[in-house]
Amino acid sequence: MSTTVSPESVTPNPAARPARPGGGGPRRGRRRQWLGKNPLGLVLSAPYLAFVLLVFAYPLVFAFYMSFHDYFFAAPGAVVDRPFVGLANFQEVLSDPAIIRSFGNVGIFLLINVPLTVVLSLVLATALNKVVHARTFLRVAFYVPYVTASVAVVGVWIFLFSGNGLVNQILGPLAPDPAWLINEQWAMPTIAIFVTWKGMGFFILLYLAALQNVSEELYEAAATDGAGKIRMFFSITVPGVRPATVLVLLLATVTGANLFTEPYLLTGGGGPNGASSSPVLLMYQRGIEQGAPDIAAAIGVILVIGVLILAFIQRKLAGGDES
Amino acid sequence: MSRGQNILRYAVLFAGALVFLFPFYYMVIGSLQTEPDSTVAGAFPNPANITGENYTAINSRIDLLQGLANSGIFAGGVILCTVVFGVLVGYALAQLQWRGRGITFALVLLVQVVPFQLLMIPLYVMIARDYGLADNYLGMILPFAINSTAVLIFRQYFLQVPRALFDAARIDGAGELKILWSIALPLVRPALLTVVLLTFIGPWNEFLWPFLITKEASLQPLAVSLANYLTNVAATAANPFGAILAGACVLAAPAVVLFILFQRHFVSSDIGSGVKG
Repeated sequence: MSTTVSPESVTPNPAARPARPGGGGPRRGRRRQWLGKNPLGLVLSAPYLAFVLLVFAYPLVFAFYMSFHDYFFAAPGAVVDRPFVGLANFQEVLSDPAIIRSFGNVGIFLLINVPLTVVLSLVLATALNKVVHARTFLRVAFYVPYVTASVAVVGVWIFLFSGNGLVNQILGPLAPDPAWLINEQWAMPTIAIFVTWKGMGFFILLYLAALQNVSEELYEAAATDGAGKIRMFFSITVPGVRPATVLVLLLATVTGANLFTEPYLLTGGGGPNGASSSPVLLMYQRGIEQGAPDIAAAIGVILVIGVLILAFIQRKLAGGDES
Repeated sequence: MSRGQNILRYAVLFAGALVFLFPFYYMVIGSLQTEPDSTVAGAFPNPANITGENYTAINSRIDLLQGLANSGIFAGGVILCTVVFGVLVGYALAQLQWRGRGITFALVLLVQVVPFQLLMIPLYVMIARDYGLADNYLGMILPFAINSTAVLIFRQYFLQVPRALFDAARIDGAGELKILWSIALPLVRPALLTVVLLTFIGPWNEFLWPFLITKEASLQPLAVSLANYLTNVAATAANPFGAILAGACVLAAPAVVLFILFQRHFVSSDIGSGVKG
């Protein structure tokens, strides 16, 4: 957003500019040029910027530092040698089958979660957009899982999907054996469906906002030309909300990369046999439980690179957006 | 729109609503059952099987009130930081010209795209080990003190306020802080409510970070103590699922009630503009 850079802030040598007349003397004029017209902006932003340095920039650099060093926990204040080890941490991560499997699990998660999220939230938002009756009730129904803590609804999902839970009672002989969350094939898909269900309200909200920007005239013109509802959906609605779709893809991917609570609680720490573990779960186990923060940091770096690559591909495939 | 299409539309929406709401209904029913009943009949209230004991049971294992208070302090601290920083930076970005504005705006966007999990381990080392803020409210709140979505929402609102309004106040001799407090802030009241609601959901439901840095039960937010109950001690209770679901109801209720009360202010365009920048 280069448009937000004010002319004052890009002047290469502010001292070379003449003092503005009536600026309260040359000294004040010079300071005003250097800091911009309203230096107060900087004062107001200073606390935020200090926090960005403290809880964002510094840890970000620290994460990369850790991933390239033999970093271990030491007593506070103790001076210990943490030698540079190059790519050794990354080598260890990439040769660990459990970690590789957790990245594969995120792949399975994304393959189920992303298409389900995009299709269902767009269809539900389109249906909800034109609704007159029971609008409030329907909105609330879809958003309630989104505003509720995962920890709270995880309990009821375990209850629903356990061996003799309600879902299996209804399915009868069709129920998988062993049950969903302890089944090596079904554990990850069940988590993916849980997360899709829980996050859908937010994505419906995004699509509802995007649908406001699709021109009503296009639908009228298409109706005059004799286009059916389905044709209009695919030719007007779907392209019309493309920027929102790009965003939904990105956010769903980030959600997948951040997966922790659900495998930890739904499947007892990523079981069975690591079939539902996630990279963040392993970051916790390796980094904090087993005291290898350097390995955890390396997993984090690989994870973020993966997200950036996926985001780039999605942007290319979806045709990019102008906003 | 034809009648058939309209019926189909409502059929799809109500079927969807049922799928979305059923687990919550089942959570409440399950929390009130003496014996867990997972048959289809168990999904309907049965007076012979109704009890409040599960709530007493969970309260005897984890202090629900203390947990709620901890969640409240955590969420309150995060909301306070988010609103204060959000208003100040949002106003500065939207209405003032100063050196570094472009860079600050770029930072706001950058903070939003880097996933928290990359920062999780270094933040743990810094906050729990170096600063000794484990088992401390400040340590819980610190990583969530900056919230770029809130900054973007406030900036968006302040951009919509005509600059002439502020210029008029300046000509009348009002200082910038006075302008911010008595002109700008009242104008963005709807944004304040949206940000408070949106921000509340985050820390109230957050599990991973408080789980990492609180070991002491009396300081844990409810989500953390409930999760610990779920993974550790559940097996020893008479009706573990009933107790878990009772705790889940207590954890879910404040967020759900707040959301239902204020759902009108939970406007889609705010979230859209917030996330898009």
